[in-house]
Amino acid sequence: MAKMPIETAVRRSDAIAKASGTQKYLSDMTFEGMLYSRMVRSSIPRGIIKNIEVPSLPEGYYFISHKDIPPEGKNELWMIAKDWKCFAENEVRYVGETIGLLVGPDRNVLANLLDDLIITYEEHEPAISIEEGLACKGGAFVNDTNIFCELEIKTGDEMDEVFNRADRVFEETYRTGFQEHVHLETNSVACVQEDDAFVIYASAQCPFYIRKSIAGLLNIPYDKIIVRQTTTGGAFGGKEHFPDVLAGPLLVAVNTIGKPIQMVFDRSEDMEFSVKRHPSRTIIKTALDDKGAILGMDIDVVYNVGGYLSCSFVVLQRGVFHATGCYGIPSTRIHGRGVATNTFPSDAFRGFGAPQTLFAIERHMDHLANFLGRDPLELRNEYLLKKGSLTNTNGHVYEEVKLPEMIKQITDASDYWRKAKEYGRGTGKGIGIALYNHGGAFTGNGEQMIIKGHARLHKHSDGTVDILVGSTEMGQGFQTALRKIAAQVLDLDLHMINYDNPDTSKVPDSGPTAASRSTMIVGKLVERAALLMKERYDSEEDFHVEVEYEHPEGFPWDQNTFQGDAYLGYGWGAAVVEVEVDALTSEVETKGIWVSHDVGHPIDELLIRGQVNGGVIQSLGYASMEKMENKKGYFKQNSMSDYIIPTSMDFPKMESFLVDNPYEFGPFGAKGMGELVFNGADAAFCEAVSRAIDRRICEIPIPPETIVELEIHGN
Amino acid sequence: METKIDFTLNGQQVSVTTDPLRRLLDVIREDFGLTGTKEGCGEGECGACSVLKDGKIITTCMVPIGAVGGSDIVTIDGLKETEQGKTIIEAFADGGAVQCGFCIPGMVMAAEDLLRSNPHPSEDEIRKGISGNICRCTGYDLIVESIALASERGDGLW
Repeated sequence: MAKMPIETAVRRSDAIAKASGTQKYLSDMTFEGMLYSRMVRSSIPRGIIKNIEVPSLPEGYYFISHKDIPPEGKNELWMIAKDWKCFAENEVRYVGETIGLLVGPDRNVLANLLDDLIITYEEHEPAISIEEGLACKGGAFVNDTNIFCELEIKTGDEMDEVFNRADRVFEETYRTGFQEHVHLETNSVACVQEDDAFVIYASAQCPFYIRKSIAGLLNIPYDKIIVRQTTTGGAFGGKEHFPDVLAGPLLVAVNTIGKPIQMVFDRSEDMEFSVKRHPSRTIIKTALDDKGAILGMDIDVVYNVGGYLSCSFVVLQRGVFHATGCYGIPSTRIHGRGVATNTFPSDAFRGFGAPQTLFAIERHMDHLANFLGRDPLELRNEYLLKKGSLTNTNGHVYEEVKLPEMIKQITDASDYWRKAKEYGRGTGKGIGIALYNHGGAFTGNGEQMIIKGHARLHKHSDGTVDILVGSTEMGQGFQTALRKIAAQVLDLDLHMINYDNPDTSKVPDSGPTAASRSTMIVGKLVERAALLMKERYDSEEDFHVEVEYEHPEGFPWDQNTFQGDAYLGYGWGAAVVEVEVDALTSEVETKGIWVSHDVGHPIDELLIRGQVNGGVIQSLGYASMEKMENKKGYFKQNSMSDYIIPTSMDFPKMESFLVDNPYEFGPFGAKGMGELVFNGADAAFCEAVSRAIDRRICEIPIPPETIVELEIHGN
Repeated sequence: METKIDFTLNGQQVSVTTDPLRRLLDVIREDFGLTGTKEGCGEGECGACSVLKDGKIITTCMVPIGAVGGSDIVTIDGLKETEQGKTIIEAFADGGAVQCGFCIPGMVMAAEDLLRSNPHPSEDEIRKGISGNICRCTGYDLIVESIALASERGDGLW
């Protein structure tokens, strides 16, 4: 084919089937003799199960619980940690914890049975907020402290010494709330028996994670569980580990009953009883010299983990490593803790811990500038990381940091400098800027030590090539990106390259679809495999090549001390947001959004634009309207009419720029970007509102009622 | 109590005998196997289950089948066979409007509804036209542009 540059947009391979409704999602599939299931869940946040009174079940209906796990199996889901049980046995730690399944052929009958099933508890006092968790309200239930996980990293001089030297100190506390993923397709899994194996069909990001997580329930080898990813209607991290929580009970139920069983959450279940983004509290204390220069920052980060650890320690690490944002600070101490509470376990969500601390540092830079009587962007510019800068883990920035160019793009396009001067504080008009980054792929040497991703290409005698990887398409465009990479290297038409939803019995494990690693790491594997295939493509008919991840030299990392290069490379971003606040109603109208990103070299300009638009709007929703409150252990919002996410009317069309900065270790120079684009528009929005109403904003979300309170009562 | 309900579905005369309180959404998906119509929220908020009833857009999760007798229902599975439907779907594919895809059949229905009443909508009119449909992936810009593209390509169709 006539070669086009890799970045030239192509039509996504899945677009027509999805738009015309012919693409099947899990809820569109049926299996012969399929039964339905409903989860029986804890209705209290903390306590001991005293009795379960199951109503009399009609023929063909079943109640499945931990008692159905065979003696050789273990009642645990193996996520990162192994603490999350498949079925609660005795203790319950949060509202919505799985206690059992009701299974049967008619969903209305199941709903009635669920109403009639009565569980009695001995109720204990729950800890809900970060402060209640830290105070061990009701008694600690994890360790003796409720601290699930903890780390501390330091650079430069000792903090006590730095603060002794300080002329002034500026300190503030920042908070972020729960966020619900609201993937349009709710969590959906089915389990069927096929020959001597169990097949899990799942709307999920990580098929191999599911297999690992649930095999121990029956104590069977991995190859007796086949996971087939079904076309996934959005995920955003919400289907990284959480599908295990559906697949585990279904596996136990199918093992007991011997028939195919499906579980599709309705929207209220999906909102009330699923994982969320970790709420956070970050305290930043900055030591300043007599000229206003930053001597050091002492940062305390706490994430609300909820009832089980799952992947929260990794989320916390990423939060800590991003806590100084895009800035080189001479001396730092960053302490991070994950606290146990009696809320639904927090888990992966686009950004994976980085958005919370980046929000904090960006608000801190704005308020610090105000405190010093300086322009917030000028202050930022003085401390920007650049190539060779030391990071907060005593590693280095290896790539050229193009933030100055990116800042110029969006300040020019938005007329930032004029507006920043013209819109006086408290005039109802405001403009704000934020800078952000995101470390690509797994932390440190995790790609080498933990994942060891594989990718395989298979050439058929008709010349077509199958891409065999365990990484998934969940809407982000990964399958199109992969096919482009292979086609470009092999010099074939795109239609000659096939990619199917992964089946763990057919594809090698290329690691989870998470951490913005898929194009950057797995795409690189496919590029390498395609180069190997190219040498033999013309001379051989039917063959395959397989490659394993190779870690680049020269990125030292110690996972015990968290010292060295936390990431192989970073994506970078800059956002300007302009708003007007209605004087009467305090409603915010966003007047403009300008963003620039460094994603290395783009694999497809249209796919990138889709990711940028979606991530930025999700971030603006997080900042402005997505309010999820937990009162006494219960989420107050459980529907799309009370948990509001952005519509087409809420934000204007954005102007989006890219800078080209090819990444040495990525396919065609690409690096991770799916999470980056979430990481900063929230802070820019808050700064714009902050200037418009002349109030400090240290907490998100800020719906109009919060703005009214700030305007009336001040800070 | 089961009732016999006759209506037109994607141009065909059909009849179901069922509980009249069942949701039109379930009848479309289960009794007729037309799974292009998706359930996103079950409360009329997200628009994923949109179809045209007598030419007007409705959310089928909020309509009991008993209210459909004698109506003309067009779902995505019918619309995709028409010139108008094909034009919108092709424009969505070329314009990058499709990511996870779950909301998209409903979006295509909303686009058809909009273009029928306003064949050349402005950006603001398109945003208003799809404001009853929630998308979590795209941030809407590329959907809006794709509907403008469909309007341009399908000039005279509506």
